[in-house]
Amino acid sequence: MATFTPTVPAPHPTTSRGKRADLPPGAGGGDGGRPDPGSPGYGARLRRARLGLVIALTPIMMLFVAFTSAYIVRQGLPTFDPSTNTVVRDWIPVPLPTLLFLINTCVLLLSSVTIECARRQLARQVALEPVHSIPGVSPVTERKLPWLALTIVLGLCFLAGQWLAWRDLATRGFYVATGPSSSFVYLLTGAHAVHLFGGIMALLAAGAAVAFNRPLASRRIVVDVTAWYWHFMALLWIYILALLEFAH
Amino acid sequence: MATHEFAAKESQAHAAPQGFVRKYVFSLDHKIIGLQYYFLALAAVFVGMFLSVLMRIHLIWPTAVLPFLGEIKPETYLSLVTMHGTIMVFFVLTTAPQGGFGNYVLPIQIGAPDMAFPVLNMLSFWVTFLAFLTLIASFFVIGGAPLHGWTGYPPLSALRSSGPGEGLGADLWIASIAVFCIGALLGSLNFITTTLDMRARGMTLMRMPLTCWAWFCTAIIGLLAFGVLLSAGILLLMDRNLGTSFYLPLGTINGQLTGHKGGSPLLWQHLFWFFGHPEVYIAILPAMGVCSHLLSVGSRKPVFSYKTIVLALLSIVVLGFGVWGHHMFVSGMSPYSGYAFSIPTMAITVPSAVLTFAWLATLWRGNIRFTTPSLFGIGFVSLFVAGGVSGPFLAQPALDIQLHDTYFVIAHFHLIMAVAAIFGIFAATYHWFPKMFGRLMSESLGRWHFFVTLIGTYAIFVPMHYLGIAGHPRRYSQLTEVDFLHDLIPLQKFITYAAFVTIAGQLIFLFNLFWSMFRGKKASDNPWEATTLEWTTSTPPPHDNFGGRTPVVNNGPYEYSVPGAPRDYVMQSDPATAATH
Repeated sequence: MATFTPTVPAPHPTTSRGKRADLPPGAGGGDGGRPDPGSPGYGARLRRARLGLVIALTPIMMLFVAFTSAYIVRQGLPTFDPSTNTVVRDWIPVPLPTLLFLINTCVLLLSSVTIECARRQLARQVALEPVHSIPGVSPVTERKLPWLALTIVLGLCFLAGQWLAWRDLATRGFYVATGPSSSFVYLLTGAHAVHLFGGIMALLAAGAAVAFNRPLASRRIVVDVTAWYWHFMALLWIYILALLEFAH
Repeated sequence: MATHEFAAKESQAHAAPQGFVRKYVFSLDHKIIGLQYYFLALAAVFVGMFLSVLMRIHLIWPTAVLPFLGEIKPETYLSLVTMHGTIMVFFVLTTAPQGGFGNYVLPIQIGAPDMAFPVLNMLSFWVTFLAFLTLIASFFVIGGAPLHGWTGYPPLSALRSSGPGEGLGADLWIASIAVFCIGALLGSLNFITTTLDMRARGMTLMRMPLTCWAWFCTAIIGLLAFGVLLSAGILLLMDRNLGTSFYLPLGTINGQLTGHKGGSPLLWQHLFWFFGHPEVYIAILPAMGVCSHLLSVGSRKPVFSYKTIVLALLSIVVLGFGVWGHHMFVSGMSPYSGYAFSIPTMAITVPSAVLTFAWLATLWRGNIRFTTPSLFGIGFVSLFVAGGVSGPFLAQPALDIQLHDTYFVIAHFHLIMAVAAIFGIFAATYHWFPKMFGRLMSESLGRWHFFVTLIGTYAIFVPMHYLGIAGHPRRYSQLTEVDFLHDLIPLQKFITYAAFVTIAGQLIFLFNLFWSMFRGKKASDNPWEATTLEWTTSTPPPHDNFGGRTPVVNNGPYEYSVPGAPRDYVMQSDPATAATH
């Protein structure tokens, strides 16, 4: 791993945008001191994209908060059973394919590792880009593993694994409408899978950006934002699994 | 000669587009997108008004046979009610103030060249447009539009056989709302990121115009609320189409078991109103921001206590998420929950009252210019009070037992949303029209419009309070068949005639709007002599708002009648003086 620190002077003093508002936006002054890789406002664009992601994750969280709230309340909700003329609790916990879910979890966590490697690799590439223009200097080229492609493959494996889990539930007679607990299992895992699929689409877009030779800085921003989204999806999955396994 | 301060040229967010489609259809320019939202809302409001005219006609002439539509059956009346509410709440009150004016004005007012994510901005409009088409499509499918009200309560909305329109029509309704949620969330994302990250040099948060604060707060509410609505809609679609029982208890329909059991209609009510109450603050907050702004411009005085207004707006955001149960006092939920919701509901009158007093104090002893925007701003205060005072009545669970589902509730929310919030839209239109189109709207037509609408809407909705207290239920389509409503029919007739006159009065506005675009008196760059940054640009603003430069802000947004200043206003980008800050 290259530890070469470029000595290209930063074109603007290091400032934090919120504290000193005396520089025009987009001038790269708020990029935390990272050298400008030639694209004006790159640091500001990265910061803006990350801010956008944090904001975008909020409604996704609210969606799952709403599902969780419905899940917990439904568990305790009594219902009228006409055959016995009494009010009973009809919540029968679904026996989950735990081993399969755990394998899927490992796959997803591994994909988190690979996408983090992709993110850091691209960050290093961006940081080292100015070095290429220094005559007589060439940085050590690291062997580039296709981290992005690996993540896509692992992501698709996760989705395939979820499909297998659903098949497992179906063979044991638990379909979407079988009972309230099975409805929620499909709902929570399905909603997560849809969002993860969106992440895979973003990764494919990042891959296309490489193929179409988009500027390095733009590619870095796309992969960076997608990587953080991906980590959030992994944490969300762990939360959903814990909820289904322990809160029934 | 303008002496505004500008910083050096910065890189352009995106180059000016060529070609009609890139310039006016799939535009990335926030100004065009804002106008697209505005005209979508304009089309929607006329559809919604047409539906309400049909409703009013049917109420007093229930057996009337209308051309093309025939006789309006009770189930058709309920469809009209449903679609009127849905179109107005989503496609007028959530699009025009925020998507329309917010998109157009916010970036310019904070000194930015565009929104943070122009592509997402364009997507948010087209997604909203798609949602509108999906909703309108429900009129034309087999069974027609749904009849479950804009609130869509199950079991009525969750069973396909519960009525005409509850088949495909209801599916389209839910799909439209779900798609709308996506569009609204994309918009909120843009507003928050832009406000936090793209303010010009010197534009601190506490120097932002109050319109920007209002749009920012509205975006925060939307961000937190629309996800929950989406979740409610997903569960409803699953109940309707996949046989789940999230909302449906054991029961029969037409003598046959539905096949569902164990669900709770209250779950929908909680999820829907957790969104639904913040939604009404989404509808009113931009109008509050516009009103605060325009009263200052019109009175030539700084707003009374800028900080207090900001705090009040933020308190409404926070408190607004704690009151949803006041829509459910008689739903069968625990009366102790009733207490828990009643108290914050009454508490939220405090920031609303603070705002009202601030507006009045802004006007007090001001050098008021009674231009059309100022008139609508003052009218907004009047209607906000009129609609707001019926709120604390409804906030008492004991009183709500009598008043729930009566015309009292209709009076309350129409005065606040259908009139006050619309006055905010009108005020904003008259105020920013010169900047958008380079011409002034006719002041005399504006005045006629204002007075007809003010008097007309009071005539329509104040009598409804009386109807409600007398026990007149809402959503009833046949008044003539019910004995105890018989004596209230003359009042319903009065309301209908007032509605005809008021709606006719809106044609004055429509004519004024389109005529002035082409034949209005040419406007200078700053016809209202206002202080905020949008009035420093040329008219209409260039593609990147400031012509390749970035403004530098030295003053607050409401520096009117500054002692010692040469004019009665100091613009935000003018050099700072000792008296300004």
